[in-house]
Amino acid sequence: MNGREIGAGRLEWAAIAGVMSREVANFRTFWKAVTFSSVLEPVIYLLAFGLGLGATIVDRVNGLEYVEFVGTGMVATAVIFSSALPAMFGTFVKERFQRTYDAILAAPVDVEELVTAEMLWIGVRAGFYGCFPLLVTLLFGLDPKPAMLLVPFFGFITALGFAAFGITMAATVSKIDHFNYVTTLVVTPLFLVAGTFFPIDGLPEGLQVAAQFNPLHHLVELVRGSAFGFETVDLLRVLGLAVFSAAMWRLAVRRMERRLID
Amino acid sequence: MSAIELRGVVKRFGEITAVDGLDLEVPRGICLGLLGPNGAGKSTTMRMLTGQAIADEGTIRVLGHELPREAKVARGQMGVVPQLDNPDVDVTVEDNLAVFARLYRVPDVGEAVERALAIARLTDRRRDAVDKLSGGMRRRLLLARGLVHRPPLVLLDEPTVGLDPQIRAELWSLIDGLRKEGSTILMSTHYIEEAERLADEVAVMARGRVIARGKPSELIAEHAGRETAEVYGPPAQLAEVRARAEAAGLAVRPAGPAVAIVGAERASDGVVPENAVRRAASLEDVFVLLTGEEAE
Repeated sequence: MNGREIGAGRLEWAAIAGVMSREVANFRTFWKAVTFSSVLEPVIYLLAFGLGLGATIVDRVNGLEYVEFVGTGMVATAVIFSSALPAMFGTFVKERFQRTYDAILAAPVDVEELVTAEMLWIGVRAGFYGCFPLLVTLLFGLDPKPAMLLVPFFGFITALGFAAFGITMAATVSKIDHFNYVTTLVVTPLFLVAGTFFPIDGLPEGLQVAAQFNPLHHLVELVRGSAFGFETVDLLRVLGLAVFSAAMWRLAVRRMERRLID
Repeated sequence: MSAIELRGVVKRFGEITAVDGLDLEVPRGICLGLLGPNGAGKSTTMRMLTGQAIADEGTIRVLGHELPREAKVARGQMGVVPQLDNPDVDVTVEDNLAVFARLYRVPDVGEAVERALAIARLTDRRRDAVDKLSGGMRRRLLLARGLVHRPPLVLLDEPTVGLDPQIRAELWSLIDGLRKEGSTILMSTHYIEEAERLADEVAVMARGRVIARGKPSELIAEHAGRETAEVYGPPAQLAEVRARAEAAGLAVRPAGPAVAIVGAERASDGVVPENAVRRAASLEDVFVLLTGEEAE
């Protein structure tokens, strides 16, 4: 063998890049479908909620046009649906049905590198596709701002955490049907109580407190900050999202090690 | 130094002991066939060699690296051809190979892919998605994927299981080529013919440990003698033949519709019926006698 040096027990970029290159190779076969739904879904939501609800029931929320309120909030929806769900289903299918991880772990890649690569790839994808609702909202009249260039980064760090969450769930459930529990009990409440469609401060106090522990809520606030002006507390939100992603990363690695190594 | 050394290796899954005090040494440059029935512990042994299963007891060294601590480094120097068909089916043949060349840190990915395509005889199908390939081509791709980084050690886990005879023969010729090039090969199989055809040495595994080991000819001479007599007839007659042979101290095993008297050259007059079909003793005789399982 004439390969580069391989280190035992180190997190190696070459291994991570190798796993990500597999994801890229696969993504090239289905990117059109993903892009199609990523563009069309926010358009449909904005038409339904922004123009429908906004024009008939709600005019302005917290001083913002309702279409702008929903459009900026929907970045978070796009991020969770393009991170947690692909991570859950993708990981489960690759582990259980396609046996992809058996092949990868027979190469010089360890579970930590595998999980890290999967998270990074999903994070990059979700950071990118998470911007689509914002772009669509720009077409609906939202003023562009330089700070909006930070939105892919905000989407990325949040998506890392939700990708790790999805991987953790995939390494925990025994049947693919069990993801119904996860989506109903965790994903749907998270995206509904994120401040996407209605402001959090209108909720009962208990839910307002709970929303502070919802990473999606902080993503929504950061995206709105990029469009309408940041506040000092937004730095804490970024830090909180980073801590969330780091904690989920370690949990995902641990669960996957248990799942993949006998 | 041997390519592979296992000493007193035990692996349990709950109440089940899949590998039970396994001692196995694979010298460099040989093809060792790990022959055993289903459930003998072959696949668990293979998984322990790649660090995908951790032994509960014992020591494992692969190419001088101690496992599981240095499993990643060891994996970099071995190629693994899995029993399961697990390429990325929507991706092209060459992209499948390129991904693994990167995973193995091959410096020149393009050159490695070209070489692997040539090994698998898939150069003209390089841009086809894997799901467009025939079953045999897919198996050749898996073999090429395991060789993309020119590993000095190759693990083949039931490389031809479930394949039709023609595809199996194709793969055998590829594996034979590897053997002739001097690669060290550990091949698990439950096909006798595969072990006979490819392995320099055979280790017969049953109930999680090696119960016999040697060159096929040595194993045959030691456990089955020179000649086997197959006797065909109605069940009552076969039962009589069996009883007579066993009373004479000969091993008898079922052989499809017949019974096979192993070591028939040692039988005294009248033990082997005149109408018996005599043939040279085979590895299959050894396998069935030692494991108590029908051969495939």
